[in-house]
Amino acid sequence: MRFIVWPLLMLLVILHHDFWFWDNSTLVFGWFPVGLLYHVGLSIVAAGFWLLTVQCAWPTYLADEATTTANNRPAASDHAEVPQA
Amino acid sequence: MTSLIIIGIYLAILLFLGLASSRLFRGTSLDYMLASHSIGPFLLLMSLFGTTMTSFSLVGSTGKSYAEGIGVYGLMASSSALLHPLCFFIIGLKVWQLGKTHGFSTQIEYFKARLDSQRIGWVLFPVLVGFVIPYVLIGILGAGSTISAVTRDLFPEAFANTGGSIPPWLGSMVICGVVLTYVFFGGMRGTAWANAFQTTVFMALGMITFFILVKGIGGKEGFLESLQAASNAVSPEKLSREKMPHNQYFAFLLVPFSIGMFPHIFQHWLTARNANAFKLSIIVHPIFVMIVWAPCVLIGTWASAAAVGIPEKLPSAAILGFLVSKHSGEVLSGLLTAGILAAIMSSLDSQFLCLGTMFTRDVLGRRDGDEKQAIFYARLFVVAIVVVCYVLALLASTAKNVSVFNLGVWCFSGFAALFPVIAAALYWRGLTKCGTYASIITTALAWLLMLRAADWGNNHHYSFLGQDPIVTLFAASTIVLVTVSLMTKQPSESTLAKFFPEQRQN
Repeated sequence: MRFIVWPLLMLLVILHHDFWFWDNSTLVFGWFPVGLLYHVGLSIVAAGFWLLTVQCAWPTYLADEATTTANNRPAASDHAEVPQA
Repeated sequence: MTSLIIIGIYLAILLFLGLASSRLFRGTSLDYMLASHSIGPFLLLMSLFGTTMTSFSLVGSTGKSYAEGIGVYGLMASSSALLHPLCFFIIGLKVWQLGKTHGFSTQIEYFKARLDSQRIGWVLFPVLVGFVIPYVLIGILGAGSTISAVTRDLFPEAFANTGGSIPPWLGSMVICGVVLTYVFFGGMRGTAWANAFQTTVFMALGMITFFILVKGIGGKEGFLESLQAASNAVSPEKLSREKMPHNQYFAFLLVPFSIGMFPHIFQHWLTARNANAFKLSIIVHPIFVMIVWAPCVLIGTWASAAAVGIPEKLPSAAILGFLVSKHSGEVLSGLLTAGILAAIMSSLDSQFLCLGTMFTRDVLGRRDGDEKQAIFYARLFVVAIVVVCYVLALLASTAKNVSVFNLGVWCFSGFAALFPVIAAALYWRGLTKCGTYASIITTALAWLLMLRAADWGNNHHYSFLGQDPIVTLFAASTIVLVTVSLMTKQPSESTLAKFFPEQRQN
């Protein structure tokens, strides 16, 4: 699944530059400018894309870490560590 | 007076939230600066969204759509809807994981460790603070002028010089005072709680305003008929992008990358309870962007129709306020003002806290384990930052040739141009400290030279080699970063092993 994510993102970036609606002032349903409706739709598709990415391409090391954290969550005071920088 | 009472109630709720959150304070500097990494998915979503959306999302987007039409949504909103979650995904998650493992609280602490360079802060700190300050000043000035506009004629005797309205310096002072109070007592937890409340407020009020203005602008009995009447009165050029240059549209795709280097967003990422807390933000952020921006862009576009009657010399930032006062009563006007202040304050609080944290950790550099003293200094710096920013805002409001609003727009370009630095630091073993120094210095110098050439931001049509300045800045930053890094020595193997362990390269 991971290999699909980046090409899909590139596709969305390309679709963002919708030169095909550039000069189009058509009103969908008599009130919604088609250029705006397209981009509102693109925002919804973006949310769907990120849902897919989170579900199917979540970094594995973070998935492991989340499980570890859930099982061994330390007390808050344990985090007050001195930075290594 | 009703508007002022509503604003007063709103500010009182914020103070209550800040003070209530301080009851959960755990007495450590980590808790004050990063809420002990305890922020869950909902608060993280609201904090990140509230911090990234400024008053521009409400009043600025309406004003810009009034001038340029519906293309503003694609130019500034749908690009953010797509690319902000990308920054959360590829930068935020990594930053959170490294921050939690190594105990970083600021970007500079991370870069020092990643590049084996104790002096990187000398270059990065002034650049980051320099880019953030104008952004902060916009919020302070915007809050003062918003309160001033809504209190016109209320105090004819007390404030005769300003036409009876609360003077901007006083409005700004009150807002700074409220933000300072809940940041001072509540730290990051107070900021996150306040952000969640503020984000809810400005999203809800934006929607309510839209439904009321549809009827007012369209002027028909039914809702659908009003929508149709409002859109049909607009000229075709505003309903399309025929006047919008393709290269400007493309260049604006780089602007959302600025959040990858915002120091206050960096700090919010570090507050997450676990990696899973990011998931909600990544998925829902595009929907939230749409909910806030689409109604404002439609209202601004409709306002461009002659029949709406926008006065010719009305500043673009005042258009939404004008429409609300024309088509609704004082209650909605007060609520909308609270919504605008919410959008402003939800960014200001994070910026104040972040600057206080940076001064405490990166300048003072206290690491002796004295938690009480560290919190004392963090609070002291937050107070000092608020006072300095307030004074700077007063000075900026009297400056004749420099518009802080124009400078703020340029600062986004500066942050976006630094995106390659953080991306390379996280994903490229070949990045060197010399490459990073060179890239940051090149970005800062090129930014200054272009800003000067653009008459300190007053020339809105300035371009370099036919392109928007952000394209040149981004390209210069990337090319210098890669070229110098390839020619210079990498950090030690032990440092690289800390940041690129084998099992994490997936």
